[in-house]
Amino acid sequence: MSQTPKKKNVRWVEEPEIGFWESTFVPAIMQGLKTTLKHVVDRKPVTQQYPEVKPELPLHYRGVHRLNRDEKDRVKCVACMMCATACPANCITIEAQAAPPEWPDRDKFPKSFVLDELRCIYCGMCEEACPVDAIELTHIYDLTGESRADLLYDREKLLGVYDRTKNDPRDPVRTRRGILGPAAEFQQLPALGPATVVPQSDRSAKSETAGVIRTTGVEGQR
Amino acid sequence: MPTVTVNGKDVEIGASERLNCIQAAAKVGVEIPAYCWHPALSVVASCRMCLVEVGDKKPDGTVAMQPKLVPGCQTPAKDGTVIISDSPKVKEARKATLEYLLLNHPLDCPTCDQAGECYLQDYSFNYGRGYSRLNEPKNIKPDKTYIGDQITLFTDRCIMCTRCVRFTREVSGSSELQVVSRGSHEEIDIFPGFPVNNPLAGNVVDLCPVGALCSKDFLYQQRVWWLKSTNSVCTGCSTGCSVTVDQNDERVYRLKPRTNEKAQGHFMCDEGRFGWKYTHSDQRLSSPEIRTNGQVTSRDWDQVLSSARAALRKTALAGKTKIAAVLSPWMTVEEAWILASFLKSLSPNAVLAMGPVRIAGKDEHFPKDVKGNVVEPVKFTIRAEKCPNRAGVQAVLSHFTGDVMPFEELLRLSSNGQFGAVYLAGGDPESWISEIQAEAFSKVETVIVQDFLASPVLKHATHVLPSGTFVEREGVVVNHKGLAQLIRRSVRGPDGTRPDSRILWELTERSGLVQVDVVRSEIASGIPALAGLSDPALKADGVLLNVAQAAAAH
Repeated sequence: MSQTPKKKNVRWVEEPEIGFWESTFVPAIMQGLKTTLKHVVDRKPVTQQYPEVKPELPLHYRGVHRLNRDEKDRVKCVACMMCATACPANCITIEAQAAPPEWPDRDKFPKSFVLDELRCIYCGMCEEACPVDAIELTHIYDLTGESRADLLYDREKLLGVYDRTKNDPRDPVRTRRGILGPAAEFQQLPALGPATVVPQSDRSAKSETAGVIRTTGVEGQR
Repeated sequence: MPTVTVNGKDVEIGASERLNCIQAAAKVGVEIPAYCWHPALSVVASCRMCLVEVGDKKPDGTVAMQPKLVPGCQTPAKDGTVIISDSPKVKEARKATLEYLLLNHPLDCPTCDQAGECYLQDYSFNYGRGYSRLNEPKNIKPDKTYIGDQITLFTDRCIMCTRCVRFTREVSGSSELQVVSRGSHEEIDIFPGFPVNNPLAGNVVDLCPVGALCSKDFLYQQRVWWLKSTNSVCTGCSTGCSVTVDQNDERVYRLKPRTNEKAQGHFMCDEGRFGWKYTHSDQRLSSPEIRTNGQVTSRDWDQVLSSARAALRKTALAGKTKIAAVLSPWMTVEEAWILASFLKSLSPNAVLAMGPVRIAGKDEHFPKDVKGNVVEPVKFTIRAEKCPNRAGVQAVLSHFTGDVMPFEELLRLSSNGQFGAVYLAGGDPESWISEIQAEAFSKVETVIVQDFLASPVLKHATHVLPSGTFVEREGVVVNHKGLAQLIRRSVRGPDGTRPDSRILWELTERSGLVQVDVVRSEIASGIPALAGLSDPALKADGVLLNVAQAAAAH
């Protein structure tokens, strides 16, 4: 200790003297036996009785993906491939196609959308990247298949997951801007900020969604 | 020398250089953003993106600035011109301009094909405001249903720079596109019944700084940030346009012209732009073959190559009949050199001939007026000679044989039974030999065919060597005026095929992996007419070989 240079903010504490009873180890053994005895008497199980009892998962749990449908029951995805770009596991393969002329509000849609559920690492980046809230991760965790090909989820399968989960209170369709999901439900949402500061004198600074282009009234025109 | 001051830095410009402020600023590495200005088109100064402060340096050293901002594209840079592009005044003007451009722009970047290479994105990021003050609904115009076979117009994304309109008026001369209506009703449209189907139509897609004009061929195929580009040369005709080949996952998605004043300028024709599809044809030859009496006896590369080599050697040593080769004008200079020098080393009286040079119609010059008459000055030419490297192969052939033997002469000699072994290099994506011509090789003992598509001559082939297309090979091609440019490998060929240079490298038993550079330096020291190939400029925009010699080789 004397060789150690004294440093500021370092306080040296001496080891407490060991007493008689402590040196016999009897109190420590009694303490241990007490814990053991408590477990012998206590019959309440600590493990979850899966699969008879399903676990209560946290609301932000990320499970199998789904592709949402829009109000006209079409696939909501616009095939922008942002999810495939964001995906760190490269598990999304999309082929885009020009939208049919009956869809004046859409430029393109996914001709094929294949998501490899085995390759996916369930990070949720696809959900975050999606500009139209089309891809979402649900609470389904127990996916099984008889082959690898079974777990290549295509567009129809992913839409099927949506049909199965859309009424589940834990998997609401998260289409409202600014609300990410039940886990992120704040009582008061922070104001949406623009990318740069809007001068206070500016007209848009007074609007409730400053810096956000409001396109109400033009939907369906395109 | 005239001196221009850009943001406090002096730069000298050539006395005869006629530069505007954008070009003068580019000389010191200062970017002045512009949408409507394009070096190959006339100046309209309508986008107002290039507004800069401009002044004059007086002889007594004082600088007199103009009170207003002026468009950089329209203001000539001359001796004593002072350009300021980083003052708060200029920055404010750019912000305001971008804000106006974005007023009615739909901002549908996720579904827009241009996203990632869009000037509206780039300039908004670099010079824009970063937020929008627009609270009113956008004025969104419906997309055009049809404006041409190859291009599509998303009217709402257009920022009215009119580059496309000027292109059809000044370069293609066909004037299909125009601006209809005025003010915020302004949009690009065609004259009814006159779609944009001229042979240069695809260029308007490259010219469009935003995603308004898109190529139907590429539309929604890939996101541009996934594409990997390789600088190469279009092999569609002897103009030899500099291009970039964009590929992803060993699949070519598009060809784009690369600006090269030495070659073609800024543009390329649709024939070349969409003419690479044979690369992914399912008709490609996919395995090497040795055929004995019409039966395939081996599909192994090593066996096929050594058998071909042995056959050539045996014929050369026996000396009863000659060995011959057809060097296709689709070969690179290196490939032609390896093959020619190998055969000449086997037998000094080996016969080398030029493959068929496909000529389709006449050279097509642009701009053309409505009646189809060419308007001077000519800005673009689609050449009738539909092969990339006649001049280069000719230079190699005349080095070895003096006079270049035409293909017909070789066919005549072959039907006379003069040859015991023939090496036929193909490479033309359209048929290069007819059934009747192929008959000339029916009696030849060894017929080695190196090609990537089936042709009538395969019937008589004893060895088939499946080769690569221009996107799978590397080498030099020499265009009509003697400009040597590099084509580069951008994708791997299908399984079972090999690039031509590798086939020839292994056939001639050179050791190690293919080194096209080594062959090129051999050529540069071996053939005086091609000495320029050792110039490092070849790797940039090409080397103009001695035109007189190239012309003499005609």
